[in-house]
Amino acid sequence: MGSKRSGFLLMPGTTLCAVLLLASSALGGGNITLQGTGATFPAPFYQRWFSEYHKLHPEVQINYQALGSGAGVKQFTDGLVDFGASDAAMTDDEIKQVKDGVVMLPMTAGSVVLGYNLPGFTGDLRLSREAYIGIFLGKITAWNDPKIAAANPGVTLPATKITVVERSDGSGTTYVFTNHLSAISDEWKAGPGVGKSVNWPVGVSGKGNAGVTALIKQTPGAVGYVEYGYAKETKVPMAVLQNKSGNYVKVDLASEQAALAGVAMPADMRAWAPDPGGADAYPIVTYTWLLCYKKYAKPEVAETLKAIIRYGLTDAQNFSAALGYIPLPAAVVAAVTKAVEQITP
Amino acid sequence: MVSVPSTSVDSNPALLDEDGVIESASIAQPPSAFDVAADRAFRGAALGLAWGVVLIVCLVVVKVQSVALPAIHAYGAGFISGTVWDANRAIFGILPQIFGTLYTSIIGLIIGTIFGVAIAIFLSEGFLASFIDGGLKMVGYADNPWFGSLPTRIEALLKITLELLAAIPSVVYGLWGIFVVIPLVRPWADWLNAHLGWIPLFGTSLSGPGILPASLVLAIMVLPTISAISRDALVAVPPKLREAAMGLGATRWEAILGVILPAAATGIFGSIILGFGRALGETIALAMLAGNANVISWSIFSPCSTLAALLANHFPEAGAVEVGALMYAALILLAITLLVNIVGAVILQRAEAGLRGLR
Repeated sequence: MGSKRSGFLLMPGTTLCAVLLLASSALGGGNITLQGTGATFPAPFYQRWFSEYHKLHPEVQINYQALGSGAGVKQFTDGLVDFGASDAAMTDDEIKQVKDGVVMLPMTAGSVVLGYNLPGFTGDLRLSREAYIGIFLGKITAWNDPKIAAANPGVTLPATKITVVERSDGSGTTYVFTNHLSAISDEWKAGPGVGKSVNWPVGVSGKGNAGVTALIKQTPGAVGYVEYGYAKETKVPMAVLQNKSGNYVKVDLASEQAALAGVAMPADMRAWAPDPGGADAYPIVTYTWLLCYKKYAKPEVAETLKAIIRYGLTDAQNFSAALGYIPLPAAVVAAVTKAVEQITP
Repeated sequence: MVSVPSTSVDSNPALLDEDGVIESASIAQPPSAFDVAADRAFRGAALGLAWGVVLIVCLVVVKVQSVALPAIHAYGAGFISGTVWDANRAIFGILPQIFGTLYTSIIGLIIGTIFGVAIAIFLSEGFLASFIDGGLKMVGYADNPWFGSLPTRIEALLKITLELLAAIPSVVYGLWGIFVVIPLVRPWADWLNAHLGWIPLFGTSLSGPGILPASLVLAIMVLPTISAISRDALVAVPPKLREAAMGLGATRWEAILGVILPAAATGIFGSIILGFGRALGETIALAMLAGNANVISWSIFSPCSTLAALLANHFPEAGAVEVGALMYAALILLAITLLVNIVGAVILQRAEAGLRGLR
């Protein structure tokens, strides 16, 4: 072992961890560590993608810290990381501040669901647009409100008080959800508006997807928004939502893909889907972006990153559905594959 | 008979003389150059570290203030009286957070003090011993040395268990609060709200996280601080006071409430101030249990928000403007904590002055 290790040419920035991994796998050649920070929303998918890539290429170590979209953009702008990640694409002003240039690459997509807790209620809870806007604006306060009952014929809903649960920390999930609410309601747009954290009219809030899910599960009458992958994993009941066409749509791979199919991908890759059309489209979906520099000082970093992204666009897409994410449509994969070439050493 | 003591007398002074000479020669030496240097170095290091602590506090305050300065200029006093925190519109006000911080801390402190001082009395005034002794006398084991030390052992065990509470991470308290405390208080809260809802204290229904669960968990978190220091204060009350009270015919409770507790009041008060400091700064457990809603309500079932939780929740995603506002909020939290400590120190001094004659 020792003699093999002594033959390595250690690149700057290599961590001790990577050295040990290499030593144990007894492989020759250079090794490289990439550092990334960003969104928590796609983190389970990214972790899987990077660990699978590491299995295939043990000389490449990728550290992804899911600190949040805001931290991702900030650290990326400050040049502290090799790549960033964000659920909200960078704005033009933000892009201007990055001197090495920005390549934004949608790597996966996901949806936000409304999880609820209604003891004694079985079956699918259907929520019209009017109903869930009303709930989050604090205008609908009990589960037997006529506006909720209208969409659920033949079902008796309890008179339980509605407890709205939100994210207390700034998050991309909140951004996606409030972006959707603003798109479908002028009152919401003029009121709380869109943001990673907004001034909620009602409710209590928990920290992270985990905190929100725990509160929903512990509070009879609760309803809150969580990332689909997380809700699926923790088996929170999810509401069936009314989409732009007026149909009630359950969240699943088919309805999510239908939603993405209706979104055109522009050249700068900043595709928003605040309220996707399509008869079977699930209404709250979003892409999530990897942020890369156009120029990297070290050619090997640029080449490795491109290889990782190409793997992420092809083989890694197979993991996404199981984790609750939406595999990218073929057209988007083609567009992103082309965009990767903007990254140059 | 005569020869034995004489030999011992003869030999002993000789030994003592020898020893005495040798020992006095080895002890009575001026400090070596090394001793002097070591002493000076130690004194210098201790002084440097002591000032270092003060310096670090000053640096923290200066740094926080410098980042907060734009926000202080922009929002001024309106920041403290404002009730909206909306980063998108750059409107910042922290009155609900100040209210929530003080309200949860005070309720938590009241509960924590009642239980903490009661525990301290129980562990220091021999209640366990009299109870166990009574039982042992009945079965005839009172004179057994092993059983005789049983109360002391159990007291030590209870004390360690209590102090262990301080070692539990804050996030564990938060999870425990969500999964145990909230379901536990829900039926009581619902009943109180339904039947006594006209009292402002029970004015809203419990929506899960809120002031009451947060305060209950805070009470448990400050319990080890209060009970451990109070116990030490009670143990340190001079025995002559206790004996004098008993000698004058006071019952046990009269002695405890009339003499021993007042004599230990300084220490007990100190423990409460320390507990208050801990409660004010507690972050993660409150971020998980308070509900983080921008609400000012006297109802203990209402959600609230605290300054520390606000900082923890908003800092990671904050933009430059919001960071300034958050630093301003941090500065105010610092000021509140400082104020509490100063008031506490002043009251402690007064209390100590009043009790000087007892020592």
